[in-house]
Amino acid sequence: MREKILSYIEHNSRIDLSDLAMMLGTDKAAIMNELEAMENDHIICGYPTLINWDKADVEKVSALIEVRVTPQRGMGFDKVAERIYNYPEVDAVYLISGSYDFMVSIEGHTLREVADFVSAKLSPLDSVLSTQTNFVLKKYKDHGIIMAEKHVDEREKVSL
Amino acid sequence: MRNPLNKTITEIKPSGIRKFFDIVAEMPEAISLGVGEPDFDTPWKVRDEAIYSLERGRTFYTSNSGLKELRIEIADFLDRHYGLKYDPITEMLMTVGGSEGIDVALRAMLDPGDEVLIPQPCYVSYEPCTILAGGVPVPIDLKEENDFRLKPEELEAAITDKTKILIMPFPNNPTGAVMEKEDLEPIVELVKKHDLFVLTDEIYAELSYTTTSHVSIASFPGMKERTIYINGFSKSHAMTGWRLGYVCAPEIIIQQMTKIHQFAIMCAPTTSQYAAVTAIRDCDDDVANMREEYNDRRRYLLNRFKQMNLKCFEPFGAFYVFPSVAEFGMTSEEFCTKLLKEKEVAVVPGTAFGESGEGNVRISYAYSLENLKKAMDRIEDFIKELRK
Repeated sequence: MREKILSYIEHNSRIDLSDLAMMLGTDKAAIMNELEAMENDHIICGYPTLINWDKADVEKVSALIEVRVTPQRGMGFDKVAERIYNYPEVDAVYLISGSYDFMVSIEGHTLREVADFVSAKLSPLDSVLSTQTNFVLKKYKDHGIIMAEKHVDEREKVSL
Repeated sequence: MRNPLNKTITEIKPSGIRKFFDIVAEMPEAISLGVGEPDFDTPWKVRDEAIYSLERGRTFYTSNSGLKELRIEIADFLDRHYGLKYDPITEMLMTVGGSEGIDVALRAMLDPGDEVLIPQPCYVSYEPCTILAGGVPVPIDLKEENDFRLKPEELEAAITDKTKILIMPFPNNPTGAVMEKEDLEPIVELVKKHDLFVLTDEIYAELSYTTTSHVSIASFPGMKERTIYINGFSKSHAMTGWRLGYVCAPEIIIQQMTKIHQFAIMCAPTTSQYAAVTAIRDCDDDVANMREEYNDRRRYLLNRFKQMNLKCFEPFGAFYVFPSVAEFGMTSEEFCTKLLKEKEVAVVPGTAFGESGEGNVRISYAYSLENLKKAMDRIEDFIKELRK
């Protein structure tokens, strides 16, 4: 049941729990217990909302920054990652394979804000060897959802 | 001027609920639970393969029987899913949807006056195709108290010495009924005893929600030689518009069917056939995901009916539920028309699928939960008002 609950709320965290219970053939209380248990275990880490800021007319600039670092003795990459992810501007940090070590996603209100973060905060960190900043020009799809278009049902109203 | 028209076709009545469809067409804002096709998009890898085949310029006819590569994949699929063993070269024909297979099989097999047994309610094409092929359709009225499964007594009572073919439309549109192994056993006995042929339309076979997996009547000992097996990509792989189905049958039947198909159609759409190779080879997971989601919605609807005290047997197949509206003292069509006008929800009267559909309505769950919920809330209000 856990996996089914997760797959539904991954796409719609606002799903009505009574509806979900009816679909899974259980009751609402059982679903709520499972959710609470998964929140406690930090399997469910939060319920954020996917927003198309462009449409909301709010100025946002985001960038994906490739970062090369020197791992610290005894701590590996985790300590460095922590230094980076604690900045509130940082949206996501992934340790990745390939020619650099971290992919850091950051979001700011202006280009300047993002540039300042990289030059004043990220690059000067001791363990950071180099950074390459890639500004996001347009988001097409995020979290499995296509941002640009709303799905319309183009089928005939009735067919036998 | 002389009458330009053929007598047989002019005597075939158009769907009895034309009027209802006309009202639906005038209400674009209505929430519809009226379609007989999946709401999912065709898996992207299938569409991608179609685009690629066009880029490669694969735009010619295929052989009349269809792409060999595809038929080999289908034979493998049928074996792996249902334990059916067909020779892809001599016992299979690719058709324009399952519907062409039904038409061509009946035309290849019926002589004037041969009777075709058609369990109803069922999909609308068996009866007119039988008539156009010169046969005589004999409906068998399935009963709600039997969960709309075909009972051996019902079959035996309908058999005459003119009976040639039994149509087996399971999993069923519109009822969602299935025939499990135990249900099929006595039917198989009767079919053999009376030397009948079976045309089994298993287009919904992949959408079966029983705990044991779908069993094809063709898989029973001694049945392959008397079964015409119809399947296709429309429902299982959400590929309705691609118009691609297939027929498996004994070689002597396929040979004659291929003649009709060759003269009438040439071959099934080439682009669809290339795409279907990917669908049948690589999409078991996609199909399983769709099935699981349909099943969740099916449970949701049945639970909603239970809450509103609306009688509905549990259907285990396709993507339809077929609740009873007999308690409201009106015909199915009156019920649907009133529901549409007062609550703007479109569902299909059971009588669209044969007279034995009277007293029930077909509700499709090929819709998002959001849509289903909205429609169910309205139906709940509607029947509350009717019960006052």
